[in-house]
Amino acid sequence: MTDTAAGTVHDRHGGLLRRISDTLFRHPHLLLTLLIAPPLLWLGIVYLGSLLALLAQSFFSIDEFSGMVKREFTLSTYAELLNLANVDVILRSLVMAVAVTLAAALIAFPIAYYAARYARGRWKAFFYLAVMLPLWSSYLVRVYAWKLILAKEGIITWLADKLYITWALDAILALPVIGGPSLSISYIGTFLVFLYVWLPYMILPTQAALERVPANLLEASADLGAVPRQTFWTVIFPLALPGLIAGSIFTFSLTLGDYIIPQIVGTSTYFLGQAVYTLQGTAGNIPLAAAFTVVPIVIMGIYLSIAKRMGAFDAL
Amino acid sequence: MRSERGHRAPRALSLAAIAGLLFLHVPLLLIFLYAFTTEEKSYQFPPPGLTLKWFGAAWERQDIWNALWLSVKVASIATAIALVLGTCAAAAVSRARFFGHDYISLLFILPIALPGIITGIALRSAFNIMDFDFSFWTIVLGHATFCIVVVYNNALARFRRTAGSLIEASMDLGADGFQTFRYVVLPNIGSALLAGGMLAFALSFDEVIVTTFTAGQQSTLPIWMLTELIRPRQRPVTNVVAIFVIAVTFIPILFAYYLTRDGEHVAGGGK
Amino acid sequence: MTSAVSFQHVSRHFGPVRAVDDVVLDIAPGEFFAMLGPSGSGKTTCLRLVAGFEQPTSGHIEIFGETAEGLPPYRRNVNTVFQDYALFPHMNILDNVAYGLMVKGMPRRTRETKARDALDLVELKGFEARRPSQLSGGQRQRVALARALVNEPKVLLLDEPLGALDLKLREQMQVELKTLQRNLGITFVFVTHDQSEALSMADRVAIFNNGKIVQVGAPKDIYERPRTRFVADFVGSSNVLPPDFTQRTGGPGKWVSLRPEKITIAAGGMKPGSHAVEATVTSVHYQGAVTRVNTEAAGQAIAVSAPSSFGAVNIGDIVTLQWPADAFHAMEDEA
Repeated sequence: MTDTAAGTVHDRHGGLLRRISDTLFRHPHLLLTLLIAPPLLWLGIVYLGSLLALLAQSFFSIDEFSGMVKREFTLSTYAELLNLANVDVILRSLVMAVAVTLAAALIAFPIAYYAARYARGRWKAFFYLAVMLPLWSSYLVRVYAWKLILAKEGIITWLADKLYITWALDAILALPVIGGPSLSISYIGTFLVFLYVWLPYMILPTQAALERVPANLLEASADLGAVPRQTFWTVIFPLALPGLIAGSIFTFSLTLGDYIIPQIVGTSTYFLGQAVYTLQGTAGNIPLAAAFTVVPIVIMGIYLSIAKRMGAFDAL
Repeated sequence: MRSERGHRAPRALSLAAIAGLLFLHVPLLLIFLYAFTTEEKSYQFPPPGLTLKWFGAAWERQDIWNALWLSVKVASIATAIALVLGTCAAAAVSRARFFGHDYISLLFILPIALPGIITGIALRSAFNIMDFDFSFWTIVLGHATFCIVVVYNNALARFRRTAGSLIEASMDLGADGFQTFRYVVLPNIGSALLAGGMLAFALSFDEVIVTTFTAGQQSTLPIWMLTELIRPRQRPVTNVVAIFVIAVTFIPILFAYYLTRDGEHVAGGGK
Repeated sequence: MTSAVSFQHVSRHFGPVRAVDDVVLDIAPGEFFAMLGPSGSGKTTCLRLVAGFEQPTSGHIEIFGETAEGLPPYRRNVNTVFQDYALFPHMNILDNVAYGLMVKGMPRRTRETKARDALDLVELKGFEARRPSQLSGGQRQRVALARALVNEPKVLLLDEPLGALDLKLREQMQVELKTLQRNLGITFVFVTHDQSEALSMADRVAIFNNGKIVQVGAPKDIYERPRTRFVADFVGSSNVLPPDFTQRTGGPGKWVSLRPEKITIAAGGMKPGSHAVEATVTSVHYQGAVTRVNTEAAGQAIAVSAPSSFGAVNIGDIVTLQWPADAFHAMEDEA
């Protein structure tokens, strides 16, 4: 064998960087490890570690006399979670999440459908940005906008007055449960703000799913004799469903976890997020707060596994 | 091209789409209007009079400047961390399929898939357990955690679009790993990183839920706004700040859209 | 003499897949060498082993007598023309071509002069400032060639370089590549799945199947004396005849290949004897200068390539097929 060190065919020169590069080239797994380790450690330790520590605390309990956390395993905190008052909070949040999700799907579909099938060129970019901008623009600003709209002296009251339909507004506010002294202090108000703030999350995946419906599929359906209404219900809707479900993951999860919207617009009764916030803050009951956070995690876990089975992850 | 090209949308559909878009945008216009109202105690509509004085008033408020400065610092550092970690992760995931590949993607998405309140309270209780004092750095820690995914998504999409043969071609022509990164990889993923970085900045700049848990006494701009929403002092000043926040988040988003629009959607959604 | 490229029992496995399986091969300096085989036969992996993108699982590779395994691509004096050309989209044509010289630290002025010369060589003068996306497929292919050649490699590797071009351009590039190689005297290793391309350009051809080299030889050898049924099948469109059939027609009682153009058609009536058989015409395909006649003789399909001047045959005609005594080429019976 030739003495390769004295060779002239290959380039054997270069400084430290080149030698490091050689080492990484010869050990591709080392390079992969160096790349993946920092982000993995960050998320693994900072995020996952915190999350697991929190979940662990749901198995501790609060000492009733000292108010201190007793670090012993117990299920009593979960028993407390099943108190009538707490179950009430959970159910109220769930009903709200379902209502918001359904309404969002209803409003999102026409926008997504129009953008995916009729908008072209500049119009398409316009539609996309018109949905993207509210999605990314300030959450608080958007909540604040509704505080302006729903206020007793605000634009809705003014509009109702001008249109001589104040009686209708009063009738709505007089409804049991969902009504209230003004829109900004009622479940209707809370619902509207939730709907407004999370709507873009429903539009984008639905539009993406609709974009993927090939045009020739519609032509095939028409060719086979389906009238437009049949094509819609038998071809388009089933194919758009994964997108709607993907969107509902966001609207559902975000509604369940939010504590700021019901605090700013709504009644004094608690939603899940507020309960968690109050428990960990002023009440100092971390174990119960932790147990409360398990509820959305479990609900979302179930939701995600159903969504995955329906192919919604491809539409994310 | 779609079959409907040249066909007109049904009227009902157009109306529903337009109504939906109006629903999304009209409320934001009201924010602008109320920044000029002369009424500072309530949200009276229509405003009794118009004035520019709140812009001056906002300029004079030191608490706003402090909050703004804190937000900019937090967003810059969180974005820088997210850029490094998100790019590393995307490079690794796009390079190879390895054990736990799918779980890693899930792990990166988790901080935005789960409600922000869970991330917030988890971090807060962890800081408490470890006796961390709440500071500037605890805010950064929280923000960087959910910013990583935005950079990761943008970088990954670009890595997947960039032909692997480019890297091989560069090495074939005599460039080592570092030269290849500098002359070939970076120029090709640069605009995606810029877009991801700007979105991460916008996300951090606007974040309120996680911040309420990870901040001590400091207030970022969103925290300042939250306080004003709950206990208003000069209501129109809040609107002035809101307009400013809209501008600061809109511009990077627009820019990010134009940087990545060929074939990539601005990836990441979720706050 | 030292080989330009030498494979000594080289294998490359991907998990359970033996992409390259115990390959022994020597390529002479200055040779135009083609690696031919169906997709997945291991030819591209062999090329990547020479370039350094892959490392052998076992065995030894030498390039001009120097050990190559373990060396990254950037340390090898070997350059590649990629199948998709892999031109850097963010650089203009001049910077693309000068890239190899730039990373070696050559001053701007010198490397740009050299790059211009290389572009001149592939007849792309005046395209320096364009972007790859502004060029046609054929032009990109030339840029890729110039970008590799400007580094004065000892061996130039070409991975299906003509695959993306249309027929006319492909034929033109075949001639140009061959001329270029002869003038430069550089060893070319050329991977293709197109047998006519390999046969018309290469000095020698290696036929790959299932990660192994089945046969190495000059194009004429390979075409006329295929070593196995696979080679006969893959190179050209030979009739591969089983032992019992050949025995009945005066053959060796082995698998043989019989080239369609060696068969003549005698219009009915003649007595079938040795080296002849009576057959029924099943289809006729006019192809310009030649006409391809598919026939069936005793259950065995036999294709004939006859000059179109031969005259008309029709489907269902009974004809006699004849061939010279030496037309049968006996082959090894691979498992």
